[in-house]
Order: sequence, then C-alpha cells, then structure tokens
Amino acid sequence: MDRRQLLDLYFIDARARLIDLAAFLDRLERAGAGEDFRAEAFLRALKELDKPGADRAKRVLLALSDPTQDPIAAASGKGACGAYPPFEDA
Amino acid sequence: MVSRVTDDYMAMVMAGCVAVCEPAFWAGFDRASAQGFYDYFRQLTEYEPRRAARYHLPHYSWLCINPKESEDVGLAREVLAMIPDFLDRENVLGIGEIGLNKNTRNEMRILEEHVQLAAAHDQLILVHTPHLEDKWKGTRLILDVLSSEPRISPGRVIIDHVEEHTIGMVLDAGFWAGITLYPESKCTPARAVDMFETAGADRLWMNCACDWGQSDPLAVPKAAVEMRRRGHSEAQIEKLIFENPLRFLSQSPRFKVRE
Repeated sequence: MDRRQLLDLYFIDARARLIDLAAFLDRLERAGAGEDFRAEAFLRALKELDKPGADRAKRVLLALSDPTQDPIAAASGKGACGAYPPFEDA
Repeated sequence: MVSRVTDDYMAMVMAGCVAVCEPAFWAGFDRASAQGFYDYFRQLTEYEPRRAARYHLPHYSWLCINPKESEDVGLAREVLAMIPDFLDRENVLGIGEIGLNKNTRNEMRILEEHVQLAAAHDQLILVHTPHLEDKWKGTRLILDVLSSEPRISPGRVIIDHVEEHTIGMVLDAGFWAGITLYPESKCTPARAVDMFETAGADRLWMNCACDWGQSDPLAVPKAAVEMRRRGHSEAQIEKLIFENPLRFLSQSPRFKVRE
C-alpha cells in the first residue's frame, strides 16, 4: 500500500488513539504532581514517536523494557506492570 | 479452551478453523499440589478433545508446568516427573508452553529441565515469553537456554508472543516465531500484519489467546481480514494462517487436519 492508501485506512483510527493518549496525559496532569516510574517511562517512550525511522514500535517497546541481562533472585509477584522501575540501574 | 464455552468451538469451526492446539497454562491461581496438575493433564488429554470433537474439531495439547508456577521448584519437579506418563496420549504434540514469567533463577532452572525433558523424548517445544517489561530480557534468556542444549533443533521450537522488539532475535536464531493476538493490551491484528510485512512469513504464525481474560478465539480470522484490507493475496494469507502452522505442527506424526 502507498502512503495515501495507508492514511485512508488508518488515519481516523490513529487520530482517535492519539487523542486518547492526550486525554490520558491530561487526566494525569489534573490528578496533580507525584512521582511514579510508570508515568516517567511513558513520557520517555513517547519521545520515540517524534524521532525518524520505521522502527518506532520497537523503540517504544524497548523504552518500556527491563534492560538488565541476568535472572533475578526471586520475584515479588507474578504480574507485569508495563514499565521497568530502576532506571538508575540501566 | 478449558476456560471457554462451547459457543467458541462453534464460532471457530464456522470461521474455518480445522484444529485447535491448547497449551498447558496458568489457571489464574496456583494449584495446591502436583495432583492438581494430574487432573489438569487428564482434562487436556481426555475431556477437552471429546468436547471439541462434538464440533468435529480435532483438539491437540501441549504439557508442562507453566512458568508462573515454576517458582516452587519442588512442586515443579513433581509435575515434571509425571509428564512422561502423558506424552503417549494421542493428542499431545509436545512440551509447552514453557518459558519464563518474571525471569527468576528458579524459573530458569525449571525451563532448563523442561528443555531437557523435551530433548530426551524428542518432543516439539512451545515457548511462552514473558509479558510487557519482562519480554525483551526473558526472550534473550530463553534463547540462551535453548541454544545451549545441543539436542534441540530450532526448527522444532516455536517461541510465542513475539512483538516488534523480540521477533528479530527469535528468527535470527533459527526458531519459529508466534504472534499472539489480543483484543487489548498486547498485539493487535494491524501490528501482526506489520511484523509479517517486515519480517517475512518463512517461520512465522499467528494464534489467538483463548484464556480466562479478555481474549478472542476469532482473532486470527480477523487478522486475515486485516491482511485483505492491506491488499495481500489469498495465497499469502493461506500461507501465514494455515500452511505455516501445518508445516510446524506436522513435525509431530500425531497432527492431522482436513486439508
């Protein structure tokens, strides 16, 4: 598909998702200040969207991933939260 | 499919599904003992095939203790010890879905023991990769474990739930890659088709999550619709959603479908 055809197919859906993202950030803003590693990771991953290259999805996923190499001693739970907390260790 | 109602079997058959492959997975809670797994393996190899057969849908299964419950090494080893007794059941295709969840040392130990079990019994392997922030690291660790066992042929292993940041490393190492489609939170049909377009379809397939959470047994047919919207030919669609799974799964002599 060429660029025009892709826009015809996906623009309205992507536009809606973009507005959802903006509304989510507005919601966070209205909730007031407060540190949370997920919000920090989200904002850092968001910056990947503005960089050139056809690998934005991969870069966003990497920005939200645990960058360490070794198995951990034990897990505190079973679930994943979508972002990796100790950025200072990366 | 143990979490689904028979309406799903009917819908899958009507959408053109010719077989269902169900891996052993986490029930949403930890089983209290190895005996719970014994009952679960009977469900996967005895009852569920009969339920699917009412809809003329062949049912196949994979056996393991899933990584979410392998933190308890003692329990995991009890379960591992009973798996060989089920490997000759007529609907068992191999060991799966093994892998990692939180990338712990105990999970790694039990993954290694599953891989050794599969190698010793010449079984196909289905691998679960971790969720969200744990996927990239976990996929790398899983590849290390598989690559360090010389009896394992990468062509007999499918590494599932790949996304844009892991598909390259899986395919480059010679393994099959599976894309699992979800209605939310993970891979959408549009992203799956993106990965097909950029990575090629040589060792790639798509599958539906059919568990107790929000999931869609018809996600693969919906991805086929997405491929048609993008202008892919019927031959390309057939290769990705039917011929590729058939090629991989037919490495088990038990796997048979109506063509």
